[in-house]
Amino acid sequence: MSSPGASLVLDQVRKAYGATQVLDGVSLTMAANEFVAFLGPSGSGKSTLLRIIAGLESLDGGEVRLGERRIDGLAPGDRDVAMVFQHYALYPHMSVRDNMAFGLRNAKVPAGEIATRIAGAAKSLEIEALLDRKPGQLSGGQRQRVAIGRAIIKNPALFLLDEPLSNLDAALRNRTRVELAQLRQRTDAAFIMVTHDQAEAMTLADRIVVMNDRRIQQVGTPMEIYARPANSFVARFVGTPAMTLAAGTATTDADGFAQVRLGDGSVVATRVPFAHLGNDTNVQLGLRPEQVACVAPGDTGVQAEAILVERLGDRSFVYARLADGQDIIAHDGGGCGVRIGDRIGMRIDGAAAAVFGSDGTAHHADAAP
Amino acid sequence: MTGDGRAAPARLTGFAFVAPFLALYVFLLIVPLVMGIAISFHRADLFGTRRWAGLDNYARLATDPVFHQSLGNTFALTLLIVPVLTAITLALALALNRPARSAAVFRGIFFSSSVLSVTIVTLIWRFVLTPDGGLAAKLLTAFGYAPLPFLSDPALTIPAIAITTIWWCLGLPMMLFLAGLQQIPHDLYEAAALDGARGWTVFRRVTLPSLRGTLVTVVMLQTAGQLQLFGQAQLLTGGGPGGASRPVVLFIYEVAFGRWELGYATAAAQVLFVLVLALTGLQYWLVARREPVR
Repeated sequence: MSSPGASLVLDQVRKAYGATQVLDGVSLTMAANEFVAFLGPSGSGKSTLLRIIAGLESLDGGEVRLGERRIDGLAPGDRDVAMVFQHYALYPHMSVRDNMAFGLRNAKVPAGEIATRIAGAAKSLEIEALLDRKPGQLSGGQRQRVAIGRAIIKNPALFLLDEPLSNLDAALRNRTRVELAQLRQRTDAAFIMVTHDQAEAMTLADRIVVMNDRRIQQVGTPMEIYARPANSFVARFVGTPAMTLAAGTATTDADGFAQVRLGDGSVVATRVPFAHLGNDTNVQLGLRPEQVACVAPGDTGVQAEAILVERLGDRSFVYARLADGQDIIAHDGGGCGVRIGDRIGMRIDGAAAAVFGSDGTAHHADAAP
Repeated sequence: MTGDGRAAPARLTGFAFVAPFLALYVFLLIVPLVMGIAISFHRADLFGTRRWAGLDNYARLATDPVFHQSLGNTFALTLLIVPVLTAITLALALALNRPARSAAVFRGIFFSSSVLSVTIVTLIWRFVLTPDGGLAAKLLTAFGYAPLPFLSDPALTIPAIAITTIWWCLGLPMMLFLAGLQQIPHDLYEAAALDGARGWTVFRRVTLPSLRGTLVTVVMLQTAGQLQLFGQAQLLTGGGPGGASRPVVLFIYEVAFGRWELGYATAAAQVLFVLVLALTGLQYWLVARREPVR
């Protein structure tokens, strides 16, 4: 069933419910054996896109191709995709074995072949002891494994995972995350996972598709998304805690790089070429916490007041307020002695900072050659 | 233990809340039931005369050809009505289980017959079935056939009663099936679609197993109900011709209120009671034995 090298292509996919546009010209090309995460808040269109690929929703325009075939007109069962549903959607009256066999029986796969495949999938997922039970007799984690087994056994060209970890508790979630990563190593299929959890997306995916407001905001590797967000939405949505966006005015320095004067008068030099900004000088300076160090107050640098300290053990985040009321998040070591209300100084490293124009578009320093 | 101190009054309060219902239940159901059983062992009339008769009434039932005929009629009606009614109402529910406005209108139309009294229902079907000028007769004549004597041919009276009953009883089972269908999670159908299942396979492997509980409920309710069929038979054919369409309850009614043999009638009623209990119990056991009904 699976054709190695098959990859998914979305070409200008559009979808509307009545007058409400939910997807507005979405295009994406996936490499073979790639793991892509659709990341976005509720209502961003990511689930709709997944369901369009699965064939559970029709599209109003554009094309979906998988490998050499155009699949957007095919029935869901003919697309060579398998889906793991958010609430598992196991058939409650069938045993685990029958749940897994159902799709293959419909595809007229010989009984011996079905039995072999079930045995193999059950062994790798460690659900051999559960094969004769009904879904109602299984725990949430076991149901999840059966749901994954039901997808694996079809040996599809593309796995579709709809929020696969959202119904599991924290310990099980980490374990299943590892298992999904291992599953991915064992097959030459491609994966698409819908999630609103950036940690899942960052750890599992080769590339992340950040969606918001009916459109793809950015496509990139996890590190690209994190280090070079395409716009202020991606900058705020990815990263914990979120990137600080501090309003300021951009001017050029002697080398042609933008320097940003913040509301309290302090100036941060960046490596973003000033020419990239055009004449747009009302900007926001984007700073990850690790670019802002917490130092003793006084002599040089930016002065602020600590309003919240998050201690994570190995490191701490200090939420600080500048004189003009702008909040900036700084990082410090695990033994951070800052208390709420303390005066602190901050050393801002502008070399990796991003500058966001008034329309939210990000400008970054030129990538190192 | 402070709990014990409060337990007794709390229990009394509990009893006080259920007492009104319990009183009605005992006086309107339990007492008549026990009285009926008691009367069935007597030779009794409607004026209160009682004479102990032991098992005489039951012995008489065992050899009464009129009672046997009515038992046969009741079985025939039940066997005719329950499967057809179940199939039709399930099909209707499947067809009308969609959010469209037209589906809501049709649900209302198909349910409407259930709110009519048996008298009206029978009247309507007399107009349809009567051989001189009825709707069925006119249709048959239009296609060149002779009108069928639905209400006087011994072979046709039971089907006539069955058709009337099915039309009258569509509403409740259809609503039960619709409720059952709406309980089925939508993602099961999506999973089935991705598993390549279509039409009949989806119905047989996803819909029908999910409706098992509803199906059992409908069949048990209808069996219990149709074994007690009465009004349609009395008003449509009067049990005739020659008792060919007389069900058990009509037999009981005629014996009790026509011939005033209350003891004999209550004995027949006890037989019917045990029959209903046994048949519905058997159905439940057949299903529950395989797996618990959820």
